[in-house]
Amino acid sequence: MKIKSTEIDDTFAEAFKMFGSRIIITAETKEWAIAAAQSVTGFATSVIGCKCEAGIETEILPENSPDQRHGVSVLFFAMDSESLGKRLVERIGQSVMTCPSTSCFNGIDDGNEVGVGGQLRYFGDGHQISKKILNKRLWRIPVMDGEFLVDDIFRVKEAVGGGNILIMAKDQNTALKAAKSAVKAMREVQNIILPFPNGVVRSGSKVGSKYKALIASTNDAYCPTLSSVVEKTEIGEGVNCVLEIVIDGLGLEDVEQAMRVGAEAAIKPGVKKISAGNYGGGLGQYKIHLHKLLAKGEK
Amino acid sequence: MPLHLKLHTQPEVPLEADCICPDKIQSLKGSEISSMIVFHGNRQVKLGEFFDCKGEFDGEIIIDGDLNNVKHVGASMTFGKIIIEGNIGLHTGAAMQGGEIIIEGNAADWLAAEMQGGKITVKGNAGHMTGSGYRGSTVGMQGGEIFIHGNVKNETGHVMRRGLIVVGGDSGDFTGVNMIAGTIIVLGNMGIRTGAGMRRGSIICFNEAEILPTFTRNCVYKPSFIKFYINYLEKNGFSIDSSYTNGTFERWSGDSIELNRGEVLLSQYKNK
Repeated sequence: MKIKSTEIDDTFAEAFKMFGSRIIITAETKEWAIAAAQSVTGFATSVIGCKCEAGIETEILPENSPDQRHGVSVLFFAMDSESLGKRLVERIGQSVMTCPSTSCFNGIDDGNEVGVGGQLRYFGDGHQISKKILNKRLWRIPVMDGEFLVDDIFRVKEAVGGGNILIMAKDQNTALKAAKSAVKAMREVQNIILPFPNGVVRSGSKVGSKYKALIASTNDAYCPTLSSVVEKTEIGEGVNCVLEIVIDGLGLEDVEQAMRVGAEAAIKPGVKKISAGNYGGGLGQYKIHLHKLLAKGEK
Repeated sequence: MPLHLKLHTQPEVPLEADCICPDKIQSLKGSEISSMIVFHGNRQVKLGEFFDCKGEFDGEIIIDGDLNNVKHVGASMTFGKIIIEGNIGLHTGAAMQGGEIIIEGNAADWLAAEMQGGKITVKGNAGHMTGSGYRGSTVGMQGGEIFIHGNVKNETGHVMRRGLIVVGGDSGDFTGVNMIAGTIIVLGNMGIRTGAGMRRGSIICFNEAEILPTFTRNCVYKPSFIKFYINYLEKNGFSIDSSYTNGTFERWSGDSIELNRGEVLLSQYKNK
């Protein structure tokens, strides 16, 4: 399959069942809400090393936010519900509660309940106050600028992680531009995040390593510098740079939609091929075929 | 079609009609409802001697007439809805556990005393001891919501432990006296000795108030949780100036003769 001058690889992205959660951070100004969101999503690119994946989903206007202040919605993903609950407590406690003027609320209605405010309340050292409004309990934790308001219960639900596209370009500049366009298009899709820096990852990984202690190592088949060294390379003629965009979403359709608009936006002169990463289909629960996906878009 | 009870004979002395309750009526038919026993003073009489019964109970009871002398309506109810078209007498919704009571007129004293759950809306005024504990009780209201669009008299929320009381107008003296926890919101003015003896809980007032000397002023700040209450009150028919939403409140802690963990929040927004 070829669209304009870019070849679309006949392959699939292998995505996994994960657990996801949405939190809404609000603050007195947009800047503080974003500051908290950036902090809470820091060091959360991959479950391999960060225990969770997280990213900013979208900004929320005051008229749509729970407390009529500027808001940011953030998505979190982890491999199981319990672990995700722990990450929420850690990260909201360290990055949202610490940020001036913020409040933090659950952002999804269905899924398993995890106690977050109910854990963080102990920071109040007995001075915390709970309020139950519309069957929802909120905790008011006294802090130095007033009170940190946080939902007692957050929810986590089954989600999809590891959707991806690979942009294989003639050089780094072309790959960066294509990736930037793809990220811009993908960020218009709801219910997804791109957990890597600016949405893009250059150090794609494969399962395992020659070193026993490592569970993952560089995806040598996509490293241009190793194209003539490794047994199997995916680096074709004229490809000198590969960038990957990883997508986590609350639903499979959301991930598919993001992959589709991202791949379409990445098609540019100099982009030799759009591909996707997989592990042979044996590990992930979902296979997202590029040809089917882009054919849907054409319709 | 709901069950319609219309008062045809005015009781000379208070009529204790705790049988007017969905839990007690749900399995009865028209004639059986009329035969339910009520106390007219100290005399047992049938409900039909005072009320015409029409319709069948479908989860809702509508009561019509001058009910100032009818007591205990909806007491201990756990489900369903009672709509009172006019004024109602003492102890309405006392120990109520669930369901809803709507009072189009005024409610007398002891409305929702020792309430445990459910919702009561009063379109007019309410009397003394709204949402309170009975004399000698250590715990009053333990859950549920009371919305009074008009004024209330003294000792609203006495020994209240949980739940929400909202007063659209003014409250009398001793609002939240001996309060254990819960929330009282007064949109109008409060009388004197607010929160006397309170341990925990929140009394929020949208006007200035006289504060007891056993309370200490903490700060002026923006308690963002109040926005959730304001939104909720607007959904329940209260009209609130939008300037309150982002306004500041003065926080007082008390009562220091008790735990000193209670709070009185007074709006600093002035548009009176």
